[in-house]
Amino acid sequence: MKNIPISAMIGLFFTGLYFLIAIFAPLLAPYGMAEIVGDVWEPSSSEFLLGTDSIGRDLLSRMIYGGRTTIFIATAATILSFTLGSVMGFFAAVSGGWVDQTLSRFVDLIMSIPSLIFALVVLSVMPTTVPILIILMGLLDSTRVYRLARAVAVDITVMDYVEAARLRGEKIGWIIFRETLPNALSPLVAEMGLRFIFAVLFVSTLSFLGLGVQPPQADWGGIVKENKEGINYGIQAALYPAYAIATLCISINLVADWILTRTTSLKGGRG
Amino acid sequence: MTEPLLKVRGLKIGATAYPPGEKPVAIKIVHGVDFDLEAGKVLGLIGESGAGKSTIGLAAMAYGRGGVEITGGEVWVNGRDILKENLRNLRRLRGAEVTYVSQSAAASFNPAKKIMEQVTEAAIFQNKFSKSEAEARAVDLFRRLGLPEPETIGNRYPHQVSGGQLQRCMTALALCPEPDLVVFDEPTTALDVTTQIDVLAAIKEAIAATGVAALYITHDLAVVAQVSDHIMVLQQGDMVEYGTVDQIINNPQEEYTQALVSVRSIRHEEKTPTDHPVLRVENVTARYKGTNFDVLKNINVEIHPGQTLAVVGESGSGKSTLARVITGLLPPSEGTITFDGRVLNPALATRPIEDLREMQMIYQMADTAMNPRQTVGTIIGRPLEFYFGLKGKAKQKRIQELLDEIELGDGFQDRYPAELSGGQKQRVCIARALAAKPKLIICDEVTSALDPLVADGILKLLLNLQKIEDVAYLFITHDLATVRAIADSIAVMYQGEVVRYGPKSQVLSPPFDAYTDLLLSSVPEMKIGWLEENIEHRRMESAGN
Amino acid sequence: MHPILKLIAQRLALGLLLLFAASILIFVGTSILPGDVAQSILGQSATPEALANLRRELGLNDPAVTRYFMWLGGVLQGDLGTALTNGRDIAESLGGRLKNTLFLAFWAAAISVPLAIFLGLLAVRYKDRIPDKLISAITLTTISIPEFMIGYILIYWVAIKWRLFPSVAIINDSMSLGEKLNAIAIPVMVLTLVVLAHMMRMTRAAILNVMQSAYIETAELKGLGMLKIIRKHAFPNAVAPIVNVVMLNLAYLVVGVVVVEVVFAYPGMGQYLVDHVSKRDVPVVQACGLIFAAVYIGLNLVADIVSILANPRLRHPK
Repeated sequence: MKNIPISAMIGLFFTGLYFLIAIFAPLLAPYGMAEIVGDVWEPSSSEFLLGTDSIGRDLLSRMIYGGRTTIFIATAATILSFTLGSVMGFFAAVSGGWVDQTLSRFVDLIMSIPSLIFALVVLSVMPTTVPILIILMGLLDSTRVYRLARAVAVDITVMDYVEAARLRGEKIGWIIFRETLPNALSPLVAEMGLRFIFAVLFVSTLSFLGLGVQPPQADWGGIVKENKEGINYGIQAALYPAYAIATLCISINLVADWILTRTTSLKGGRG
Repeated sequence: MTEPLLKVRGLKIGATAYPPGEKPVAIKIVHGVDFDLEAGKVLGLIGESGAGKSTIGLAAMAYGRGGVEITGGEVWVNGRDILKENLRNLRRLRGAEVTYVSQSAAASFNPAKKIMEQVTEAAIFQNKFSKSEAEARAVDLFRRLGLPEPETIGNRYPHQVSGGQLQRCMTALALCPEPDLVVFDEPTTALDVTTQIDVLAAIKEAIAATGVAALYITHDLAVVAQVSDHIMVLQQGDMVEYGTVDQIINNPQEEYTQALVSVRSIRHEEKTPTDHPVLRVENVTARYKGTNFDVLKNINVEIHPGQTLAVVGESGSGKSTLARVITGLLPPSEGTITFDGRVLNPALATRPIEDLREMQMIYQMADTAMNPRQTVGTIIGRPLEFYFGLKGKAKQKRIQELLDEIELGDGFQDRYPAELSGGQKQRVCIARALAAKPKLIICDEVTSALDPLVADGILKLLLNLQKIEDVAYLFITHDLATVRAIADSIAVMYQGEVVRYGPKSQVLSPPFDAYTDLLLSSVPEMKIGWLEENIEHRRMESAGN
Repeated sequence: MHPILKLIAQRLALGLLLLFAASILIFVGTSILPGDVAQSILGQSATPEALANLRRELGLNDPAVTRYFMWLGGVLQGDLGTALTNGRDIAESLGGRLKNTLFLAFWAAAISVPLAIFLGLLAVRYKDRIPDKLISAITLTTISIPEFMIGYILIYWVAIKWRLFPSVAIINDSMSLGEKLNAIAIPVMVLTLVVLAHMMRMTRAAILNVMQSAYIETAELKGLGMLKIIRKHAFPNAVAPIVNVVMLNLAYLVVGVVVVEVVFAYPGMGQYLVDHVSKRDVPVVQACGLIFAAVYIGLNLVADIVSILANPRLRHPK
């Protein structure tokens, strides 16, 4: 652990902090999520550290609960997109032939429409509930993971050591899990960080457009939407989520960078 | 005594390495080298990879590639120390007084510009010649270098000419500004053997005709012996020996030089064929999916137990495809393969494990043939576990035995491939193949990526193991010297066909067919004047036709 | 036929095919999913008769394939259908909005593209030194904040605190170009910031890639100066990757526009789309979705064709 660079250390610290806050939100938040406790847009005070929001709820509590929602949805969507994308990507790379062709052309098609537009189209007929948001984001984003996983796996499966394993008579399980996966892991883990960031930005955008998490449930994008009028009176309430998202995303970026360089420098790394 | 054209004194070169995740470290590449080069003479720099020869060559232009830095010493060109010059003056030197020919002309030509423009660029830019003079000069050089259509070849783009032609264009590029010194950095290494000799002869003639001095860098002593006046032998950044070509080739003083000179001189007695070949390839024809031509046409060869069949050919001859067909990676469209008396299933997936075990493979690039995330112990241990169910102590014991057999000894079990040298990696791959106790090992260019001395060691090891384990080899190579060293029988392949096949003594003695003759006469010999004799021989051949 | 023309014709055909497939995807996305358009228009309390009437009116009783081809047939003739919510012709409402969106996107591109290329060059010139690091730090920050939040941060500072430009970007035909530009100043800044980061990073990578080629070393060893090397040897080879970067980012810009229009209440297509998604006005969503997809596919197509044209191996075959 002693070789962690300072940037990765900072990244790890904030990432950990945000996740801990998300997990223990009910214990940490001073007030209830939807509890009206004061006047509209009260300035920050010892009572309300960040002030109150557009209908008098404690903004700090909203931010903590909002982070919980945003991080939860983003995590779930990332897990979905990642599992689906990497399994299908490996499957396509190892199978090759028409399986690969069909899957890859289908992914090309999905990616020919911008994710946000696609999501808007689908959300015009679907109810906006949390499970649907997670599935939608997970499915849309899995196309990107698929491409990366497939590319990495294709690179590896043409390696002589994979051919050597096939010549030895190894089963597909050994080839995927013992020969391919260990060498594909570092780019994939780094990609996971980027996918998570994308999910945070995406769900916030949808909520801001009123098509994501529905009130009174709090989430970072929604907090901006609820408080955006305040900007015109010089009230910063709508900007806090921006700071929160920026620190979280930058932290994860730093960690992802570090993982990528660290794992390629491992003994036997291909660098 | 007149001042030499190039005078190098105490040249020290270093670089900064950036091991990922660690602090940058300074490494030394060249530790103080001295030499002189008279005008119009050729000095050969020879050494294995990592000897610092390219780095020294570029130092003659005060240029450090990548993070390489000249840290000390003096480099005098035409009477001034160029290491003390500023960038502006250096730019007047580069491309005018000293020019450079790289190993890969394909990468060194700008793909977006015509050849003529690039060949004449330095001469015009450096105000040596006007545009029309430079172009006339280029055409003259094209002609002298034996390029086809010298008048118009300059109007083509780099990708429109062949690799050997582009390498000659690169030589023209270097000679066009009428420099005093040309640095040739392995100019023929990337070429096929039969092309290499023509390019080599063209370079030699051009050097003689223009009277330019040259630093000729290569790892192949036989090549450098053909073109140089003097040779400097380098090993890991130090000069080992310096002398005239005659002295270095015929009377080397240092042990290292002696080893380099005697490389490829393994003696191997040819064994007689038996009645029961271990592998018989009959009437095999094959093509790749989605193509419309046969890469292998009606191939018939045999390998006998405990013997070696060498398959020789240039790139594109189909020799590696033959290996893919035998292993079942590419099922043949016609023909059968009989292994140890039984007909093999065409496709890999349908072959029983026992067939797979008895036929193993070793690859050219040991780097990509081993999973970088498995230790040597795991790599060698897997076949033991997979084929023989060995576990625990028994497996460890067998792994150690195998490591001893390949002369690696203790402490290698827990290392990763990245921690091994090139030769050690290839040895581990041999051990992995041996672990299966095979009857046949297919060796696909196993020594081509290695330095000559290391390659020699591997060949000796393979011969030794053949005696102990009684294993047969199918040895695929483009290098006839290697073939001489280890083969019992030889198949010469050309454009998907076997053009000559039989016991070694028969294949290597006249009368030859045209292609085998060309191939045989293209292997540089460690002999002064070989190149001239050879070119003369070729002229007579073509006159005779 | 010259092989390059054949290749381009192939790409164009592929683009059309992709667009066709995308239109199916958009249609399927809005038709086959469990939501019932009639129900969503009339609400939960609608009587069964009213629902049946509306379904008949919308042709919802026909099989999906029939409806798709009727829709596609209309689109090909420029008929995008009528909006469910206000019964107006969609093509008519879209016309002006599309123009506004392109106006906004054009100015964002006009500023961000040269700026990104310039900064990319700067980052290469000072690789691993302070300007490079500073640029990548700013880049990292801007890609870590969603577009709309950048929008509000800029509104807060530029419009409210410093009062430089208006916070709402309302334009109409009677305004002069100067007034229009003043109105869209902040949205253009936001979009610039959003695409700048990606574009600059990718430009930097593309140029570095070219500068590390062996033929650049050859040029250096000819004694050529840095500027001449960049102009004569690096630039001709870097054009294709840079155009590629620019096109991909313009495609990205098109999406960014959607959100930014909502933030600034800008009367463009993005706002129109988002509005009608919440109203569940399916025909409008389909029409907008198709147009956005077409622009996106078109820009990617241009990028492809430019790389084909710029490749000397394809332009001068053996």
